[in-house]
Amino acid sequence: MTISLTPEQNSGSLQPQGWLRYLSFSTDHKVIGLQYLVCGFLFYLIGGALAGAIRTELITPISDFLPRETYNEVLTLHGTVMIFLWIVPVVNGAFGNYLVPFYVGARDMAFPRLNAVAFWLIPPAGLLLIASYFFAGASQSGWTAYPPLSITTPATGQIIWILSVLLLGGSSIFGGINFIATILKLRRPGLKLMQLPMYCWAMLGTSILVVLSTPVLAGTLVLLSFDIIAHTGFFNPALGGNAVVYQHLFWFYSHPAVYIMVLPAFGLVSEILPVHARKPLFGYTTMVYSIMAIVFLGLIVWAHHMFTSGTPPWMRLFFTIATAFIAVPTGIKFFNWLATLWGGKISLNTAMLFCCGFIVNFVFGGITGVALAQVPFDIHVHDTYFVVGHFHYIVYGGTVFVIFASIYHWYPKVTGRLLNEPLGQLHFWLTFVGFNLCFAPQHWLGLNGMPRRVAEYDPQFTLINQLSSAGALLMAISTLPFLINVVMSAFNGTPAGDNPWNALTPEWLTSSPPPVENWKGEPPLVHEPYGYGHQPGELSLEATSGRELWTLGQTEQR
Amino acid sequence: MTTLNHSDSAHGDHRLFGLATFLVADGMTFAGFFAAYLTFRAVNPLPDGHNYELELLLPTINTLLLLISSFTFHRAGAALRRGNHPLCQRWLLLTALLGFSFLAGQMKEYFALPFGLRDNLFASTFYAITGFHGLHVTLGGLMILIVWWQSRTGGRISANNPFPLEAAELYWHFVDGIWVILYGLLYLL
Repeated sequence: MTISLTPEQNSGSLQPQGWLRYLSFSTDHKVIGLQYLVCGFLFYLIGGALAGAIRTELITPISDFLPRETYNEVLTLHGTVMIFLWIVPVVNGAFGNYLVPFYVGARDMAFPRLNAVAFWLIPPAGLLLIASYFFAGASQSGWTAYPPLSITTPATGQIIWILSVLLLGGSSIFGGINFIATILKLRRPGLKLMQLPMYCWAMLGTSILVVLSTPVLAGTLVLLSFDIIAHTGFFNPALGGNAVVYQHLFWFYSHPAVYIMVLPAFGLVSEILPVHARKPLFGYTTMVYSIMAIVFLGLIVWAHHMFTSGTPPWMRLFFTIATAFIAVPTGIKFFNWLATLWGGKISLNTAMLFCCGFIVNFVFGGITGVALAQVPFDIHVHDTYFVVGHFHYIVYGGTVFVIFASIYHWYPKVTGRLLNEPLGQLHFWLTFVGFNLCFAPQHWLGLNGMPRRVAEYDPQFTLINQLSSAGALLMAISTLPFLINVVMSAFNGTPAGDNPWNALTPEWLTSSPPPVENWKGEPPLVHEPYGYGHQPGELSLEATSGRELWTLGQTEQR
Repeated sequence: MTTLNHSDSAHGDHRLFGLATFLVADGMTFAGFFAAYLTFRAVNPLPDGHNYELELLLPTINTLLLLISSFTFHRAGAALRRGNHPLCQRWLLLTALLGFSFLAGQMKEYFALPFGLRDNLFASTFYAITGFHGLHVTLGGLMILIVWWQSRTGGRISANNPFPLEAAELYWHFVDGIWVILYGLLYLL
């Protein structure tokens, strides 16, 4: 039952209007986006503390800081929290909810209440997961929960883990349905698909992956819980089951999950680079096709995680080749970003620095990814720290760098105030140096045979592990200037005005922070979201607000 | 619900599209189960004495019941669009009856089967898949009863507001379609 309220009636709505609305079951997409972001960041701090515990344990080769079982719990929680409670919700839910309705020219998402439900599934799921550590002992089988390990480790923690991931999967699917409906059905009249900002395409591709692959994980985890509770034998070889089938089904979700984490980041970078380089996004059409190619290929490469699981030769061949193919659309996107930067009027602010950091890190992570897709090499480094290094270059060096870039870029839109630049630069350099110091040496460790997920290691690896732990400490410290910056700037930051970056995408063509229904008048029709570098007046912008800015010839005044 | 901040009337009604997207996701859960079933079948031979011929008569009758129920649901929708509420309700009641008959048949089959949930890999997979589908039928049956109540003359559902009925109908066709695949893979193959 829906009742449409005219804007005048909104003031009398039952929704809280002050800061309390961020704790309410609000249906405003901007409120929900910020709920995702803040909630995700709190879990990031928890996941970071867990990472700190891991790196502290690994300063010495013996298990002295944490008992081995606790170490297993900590690494499982670290992986699960960071993936399911920080990266996936933030890079999809937070920025997706905040930006996509603006980009399609809508006043909200297609299903606002479903949207709120999707968010409010996350805090209970996260608290359940964290609480399991204190009350029952958390799951010890890693974020992959491979059987038979997950069947033989203590059952309570594993069941809570499954329950939590099922809730988060449900949240993810509801979000995905909402994004698909919003992007395909809610576009402002006159706005064509090929005129959408790139982040919409990234979210469309991501949501397709979410809808197609997450349910498979959910079904698999239900079967796994039967194995644990009812002692069926789906994945238990001792009872005639097949553990490799679990791996196939798990990676059918979890490889696309890497793209669910990284495609939105690609989209966000495509929004930020043109603004701060004052150039149109290079190769819009190839970007779109690349995203869709990654979506398709992302669904048929999962078994490259399983080259040591007795996969038959034809399977190895197929999945190696399919994986290598993904490098093509990804490479196209990278060259497009470089071409966007080429000859641009680059302002090297914090948002831009984080984007450049992303490009550097992700190229390295991408190259080690292509290396890992080759069977002989993969068998050599499987389950070693090489994989840990590669993975963190993708999700931290890739996605988390973009999350920070996006926070610096959109903070003025959300709060109306700019973040402090020197603190931001300090944050970037601490993060960049700390990150590379932490994870680059892990490739060397892996190549020399240090296995992952073990609390103890051969003493010959001590020095490199200590270097890595020093990097982790720098990363932990880097959070401080960021936190100070975000809190202080909310009160004392330089007022930003509505459009501090002179950007052209629709979210900037309204006040900062935006009004409840996004625009006071009609949503602007932005045919050229990346029309930078044009002569003023040459643009076919018909924005109802902000249009004056472009026709008065102020486009290139920086 | 007056807690909405945003005018939903500003755009068309996309709820059926959203439901269809959800059913794609739901279908992928079944696809995962079917893939697991086929792989188990191909690479994990059952121990001696654990291979059964499934009785075909009851499941075949069940398949027919579901197929007919899809048709009767369609008739209910057509009656509603003509504004004939009593006829719509009669077709809906018949649909619900067919759905619950299916469940009764499923129960009868479960009790007659010579294997239990934990007996072997086939048994576990069989019960997991048919049980998951049975859960869908149960939910669908309850939905039909709710829709039946709401489509009485003067009820919430009318030719002007057919969404709940259309949603239940789409879901029901989906559940029936899944059963046809399930029947082919588990019983006939």
